[in-house]
Amino acid sequence: MRDARPSVTVTFDGEEYDAFAGESVMDAARRLGVPIPSLCYLEGLSLYGGCRVCVVQIAEDHRLRPACATTVAQDMEIKTDTPLLRAHRKAIIEMLFAEGNHVCAVCVSNGKCELQDMAVATGMDHVRFDYQAPQREVDASHPKYVFDPNRCILCTRCVRVCDEIEGAHVWDVAFRGADAELVAELGKPWGESTSCTWCGKCVAVCPTGAMAYQGKAVGEMQHHANVVIRLATARTKGQWLDPEEVG
Amino acid sequence: MAAVIDLHEVADREHEARSRYPWRIKACASTACLSAGAGATVQALEQTIEAADLVLDAVVVPTGCMGLCSRGPLVRVLRRGGDETMYQAVNKEVAIDIVRKHVRNHEIVDTNLLDTNIPFFTSQERVVLANGGVIDPDRIEGYVAHGGYEALRKAITEMAPEQVVEEIRSSGLRGRGGAGYPTGNKWALLAKAEGDQKYVVANGDEGDPGAYMDRTVMEDDPHRLIEGIAIAAYATGASKAYIYVRAEYPRAVERLDRAIRVARRNRLLGRRIMDTDFTLDVEVRIGAGAFVCGEETALLASIEGRRGTPRLRPPYPTERGLWGQPTMINNVETLANVPTIINKGAEWFSSIGTERSPGTKVFALAGDLVNIGLIEVPMGITLRSIVEDIGGGIPDGRSFKAAQTGGPSGGCIPAEFLDTQVDYDSLRQLGSIMGSGGLIVMDDTQSMPDVAKFFMEFCMDESCGKCVPCRAGTVQIHTLLDRIGNGDAVWADLRHLEQLCATVRDTSLCGLGQSAPNPVLSTLQYFGKEYEELLSDEKKEVADA
Amino acid sequence: MTDARTARGSTRAGSPTRRAEDSHPSGDDRYLVIDKHLKRARFSQDQLIETLHVAQDVFGFLDESILVYVARALRLPPSMVYGVATFYQLFTFDPPGDHTCTVCTGTACFVKGADDIVAQVGEAFSIGAGDTTADGTLTLKTARCLGSCGLAPVVLLDGAVHGRENADEVLAALTRIMEAEPAEPVGAAAEGGEG
Repeated sequence: MRDARPSVTVTFDGEEYDAFAGESVMDAARRLGVPIPSLCYLEGLSLYGGCRVCVVQIAEDHRLRPACATTVAQDMEIKTDTPLLRAHRKAIIEMLFAEGNHVCAVCVSNGKCELQDMAVATGMDHVRFDYQAPQREVDASHPKYVFDPNRCILCTRCVRVCDEIEGAHVWDVAFRGADAELVAELGKPWGESTSCTWCGKCVAVCPTGAMAYQGKAVGEMQHHANVVIRLATARTKGQWLDPEEVG
Repeated sequence: MAAVIDLHEVADREHEARSRYPWRIKACASTACLSAGAGATVQALEQTIEAADLVLDAVVVPTGCMGLCSRGPLVRVLRRGGDETMYQAVNKEVAIDIVRKHVRNHEIVDTNLLDTNIPFFTSQERVVLANGGVIDPDRIEGYVAHGGYEALRKAITEMAPEQVVEEIRSSGLRGRGGAGYPTGNKWALLAKAEGDQKYVVANGDEGDPGAYMDRTVMEDDPHRLIEGIAIAAYATGASKAYIYVRAEYPRAVERLDRAIRVARRNRLLGRRIMDTDFTLDVEVRIGAGAFVCGEETALLASIEGRRGTPRLRPPYPTERGLWGQPTMINNVETLANVPTIINKGAEWFSSIGTERSPGTKVFALAGDLVNIGLIEVPMGITLRSIVEDIGGGIPDGRSFKAAQTGGPSGGCIPAEFLDTQVDYDSLRQLGSIMGSGGLIVMDDTQSMPDVAKFFMEFCMDESCGKCVPCRAGTVQIHTLLDRIGNGDAVWADLRHLEQLCATVRDTSLCGLGQSAPNPVLSTLQYFGKEYEELLSDEKKEVADA
Repeated sequence: MTDARTARGSTRAGSPTRRAEDSHPSGDDRYLVIDKHLKRARFSQDQLIETLHVAQDVFGFLDESILVYVARALRLPPSMVYGVATFYQLFTFDPPGDHTCTVCTGTACFVKGADDIVAQVGEAFSIGAGDTTADGTLTLKTARCLGSCGLAPVVLLDGAVHGRENADEVLAALTRIMEAEPAEPVGAAAEGGEG
C-alpha cells in the first residue's frame, strides 16, 4: 500500500524496518508483522493504556513504555521480546487470571479468547498468586446478550466502543481499585437499560468470554472486533476495508 | 471597576494599627491547635482582656501554624518594641493567667513557658511558612504588611513574562510535590505551548497520610498561594487557574474562596490586574476523596468532573491538559515559594539549600519523636539533625529505627543513613523519595513488615483500578505481606514478593503504581531480617529442601 | 407539610405564575438546593463532582433517584454519573448513623496504634470500618490523616476531636455520647424546614 507519509527507520529486536513518522510503535508493529501482545488496545478506539502487556523497551532505557502510546522516532531501537518483558507480561496475565474467575473449560470463548491466547503466548501454565475468587453474578437479563463479570478484565473496549462509536454510553466503570466493575447505567441489569441500542458492538469487541450472545455453548462464541475496526476506519479515513483483511 | 489596592498605604496603615497596642497576643488557630482546643483559648483570651479592662492595651490575633503542634495550643505574647514570649499547652485557664499575669502584671506564666531558643525553632529557615504564626490568614492587610503582592506588582509591571520564567528557572526551584521536576522548565513549556486558553492548576490534593504542609499554606497564608499562582499565570500566558483542594480540607476551601474574593475586590485578580493588561480568574475545585488525584492527569480528570483515573502521557498536560488546552500543574508549596523568589531574587534562593536542590522544604514531622509539628528546613540538612535536634530525639528511652519519607510512595531509611543529606537525589538513592513532605519517625518497637503492609493496604485501597499491575498487583503484594505477617510464609513467598514488586513498579501506568512497591522494597532492603524471622523454621526448611 | 406540597404540586405543571424558588416539582424541596447550585454552575458538565457534594450535603447520602436527577440535569449518561459517584471515597450511598466515630488512619496515627482502635470499636459494635450498626445508631469510619499528627492517634466523635486516645477511652466516650441525646441526623434540618 502506498502512503505519502514520511517514513522513519526503526529497529524491532535488532531488525530494521521503515515506519511512518507519527505512528505508534503498536501500529507500526501490527503493520510490519512484529508481534506485540495487547488486550485493551483496539484500532479505531481511543487509547486506554490499562492492560500493560504491550510494554516495550526502548534501547537501554530502563523505563518500559506501552507500545500503544509510544510514537516511533528515527533510529528508535525497540525491544519487544526480552526476558524482562516476558517475565512482566506473564506476571500481568497471571494477575488477571487470579483476579477473576477464568475457567476456560466451561467458557463460551474457549479457543477464541484473547486472554487465553495471551496465556499461551507468554507460557503461563500456572498461576503463582492466590486466586481472589470473587463472587460475581452473571447478568443474563438482556434478551440478546449476556454479561459475565467473572470473565471481565476491565479493558474497557466495550465502554469505549459504546461511547465513541455507537454514542450510547450505556457502559462505564464504577467503583475503583480491586472493586472496580463494569456497569450498565446505574449498575442495573443490562436488560433494564433504556439506552442500549442492542447494536452488539460491545459484544463484538470483548476480548474474553465476558460478553457473549445468549445461548452459546462452550467454545461457540466468536467475537468480531474487526467489524468495529472497519467501522472506525470508514468513519475516520473514509476507507471501507474488507472485513477479512482487518485485525 | 473597583480601585486597585495601594499596597504601600495598606501596609502603612497596618503597621500603624499594630503599634497602637502595647500588647499583641498571637494565638495559633491552625487546624492542629484547634484540635487541641485553640478555639476556647482564643475566646478565653478575648473575654479576659475585656473583663480585665485591657481592651485598649492588648489585642488577640488568631494566626496560622506556629510549628510545634504537639505542644499546642500555642500562644505568643508580643510587647511593643520589646520581647516576645511563647507559651505551650494554653488551655482556657492558662489563657486567663496569661492575660492577668503577663499582660497586666508583667509576670511570666512559668508553668507553660516554651523556650524558643531550642533547635526546633533555631534550626529552621522559614520561607514558605514565613507568615505562619504571624498574620491573621483572613486579613489581606496582614499579608500586604509583610510584603504581600509586592512580587506580583513587580512581575507584571516591571518584568516581561520571559524574565519571570527565567528568574524561576535560574533559582533552581524544583517541584515540591515529590518528584522534583525543575519548575522553571515546566513554566517554559507552558509559556511556549500554543492554545486558545492556557490553564495553571495548583495541586492541593495532599493525600500522603501524615502530611499537612499544603493544607497549612492554603489555610494559613492563602494570599501567598494566590500571588504565586498569579505570577505563574502571568509568566506562562494563562488567564484561568484552578486550585484543586482535597474535600477533607473544608477550612482551606473556605479561606481560599474568601481570599480570592478579597483579591478580586482589590484588583489583584480578575480583569486588568493592577491596571495592567493581565487578566486572571482563579477558581477552587474540590476533590472527593481519592489519593490518586494527586497524580496530575488524574487531577485534571477530576477537575473536569470525571473519575480520577490517570491517562497516558505523552501528551503531557503542558501540551494537552484541561479540556485539551495547555495546562500546567504546580504543587501548592512550589507556588508558595514563588513570591519570595521574585522579591528576593533567584540568587538569594539558590544560596539556600544544596546546589541541585536549592531552597527549603516543609516537612510534617510525626511519629515517635519528642517534638511533633510542621517544620521548614534548608535542603541538605541531615536526617540526623531533623530527628535529633529539631525532633528532639526519640521519647520513652527508645531508640531510632527508621525514618519514613514520601508516604505510600516512599521508603524507610534506617539509622545507618541518618547522616544523609535531605535532598531529592540523596533520598532517591536510598530507595525513598522526598515526597510531598511527610516525615514519620519510628522507634525500635515498630515492625517494618507491618509498616510495609500498612502502606500497601493504602495503595491497594487507593488504586484507581485502571491498569492491571496496580489494581491486581497491589492486592497480591498485600496478600503476601499478610501471609508473612501471620507466619504462614515460605522462602518462595519472599522471592515472589520481590518479583511482584518489580512488575508493579516497572509496568504500572502512573506514579501511584510505579512507586507503590517502594515501602516494601526499602524495608526488604534494610530490614530484610525482620521478614526472614517471620518465616517459621519448619517452613524455611521445607523451602530449602 | 404534605398537604401544602400536594396543593402546590397540583398547580405546578406549565403554570407561568410558579416561581422556580417556590417549591420543587418532585415534592422534595431539597432538590431546590441542587437546582440553585446547577443554575449558578450554568449546568456545566464539569460540575458533576461539585453537584454531588451539594446533593450529599442536603440529603446526607446519595441514592439512585438523586443520581438520575443530576445525570438528567447535566445531560450526562447515567453510567458515567454512577462511575464518578462510586469512584470517590467521600460519596456515600448509605444514610449515616445517629452518631459517627471517625478514626484517623494516617501514618502518624498508625504508628501510635490507630488500627487497634478501629478493630476494638468494630468488634464492640459488630461492624467494620465504613459500616453503620443495624439499628442505625453508629457509623464507624476511617479517615486518611486529619492532619493533627501531634495528637496521634486522633478520633473524631460526632465531629469533636479527641486526641492521644486508646481503644478503651474511645469506647468509654462512645458509650457516653450514645447514652445521651441522639445527635441530629444530617439533612434533618433541610427536611424539617420550610416545606
